[in-house]
Amino acid sequence: MSGSGPMNVFDIAGRAMSAQLVRLNATASNMANAGNVTGSAAEAYRAIKPVFQSVTDSPGVSTVKVANVVTTDAEPTKRHDPNHPLADANGDVWEAAVDSNAEMVDMIETARMYQNNVQVLNTAKSLMLETIRIGK
Amino acid sequence: MSLEDGLFGIHGKALALRSQRLSLLASNIANASTPNYKARDIDFDAALKEATAQSSRGPADVGQAVDDAMGYRVPLQPSLDGNTVELSTEQTLFAENAVKYRTTLSFLEGRINTINRALKGE
Repeated sequence: MSGSGPMNVFDIAGRAMSAQLVRLNATASNMANAGNVTGSAAEAYRAIKPVFQSVTDSPGVSTVKVANVVTTDAEPTKRHDPNHPLADANGDVWEAAVDSNAEMVDMIETARMYQNNVQVLNTAKSLMLETIRIGK
Repeated sequence: MSLEDGLFGIHGKALALRSQRLSLLASNIANASTPNYKARDIDFDAALKEATAQSSRGPADVGQAVDDAMGYRVPLQPSLDGNTVELSTEQTLFAENAVKYRTTLSFLEGRINTINRALKGE
């Protein structure tokens, strides 16, 4: 929370935007690594996901934060490709455990949520500005 | 009756409540993708009634009125992750609340203009 006062609309929407941005970064990392090939299962890239958690100030007034970023359990795909320069003794390579379609869906949802929060912020801003101009 | 209540009538309390509800609905929208988050809202009529009611200790505090009138939203279609935020509902109510905030603001402005005119004696 910014400062020590009660949480206001700007804190709520602003922090939610930050959280969505973390999620967008995670999606970008996953998408960038989709199709990455490595020589062993342990080295292969696994998709990362942020875990959202709500932060409550007073009853009903709460924003969201990223509690931590976890690595998903999905196993990398083993592919037999003896001609690949990274192939192991059996001629196998491992592809990053990233579901590109799911990542795309996630990305669109993240963008929509971010937009919603921007809209909340804009509405709150114009209401506050109108309020300080009252009586002039 | 305090000076503020005498000058602004119901509108001062109404503006404070609208502002609180703005925060509540913003919280719901902010937590639209948080698992297990339960959306909350206030019954505005009940809150306004409590905030403006005259008891022996004078009118109730706005914060107290908000707490008493608060409830959980009943989702139309509950989602698997336990989140009860439905963006269509929340955004509609948020827009409605913003418009009503502006309405209250213009009522207040009218009051202030009236008093100003009376003071100046034009």
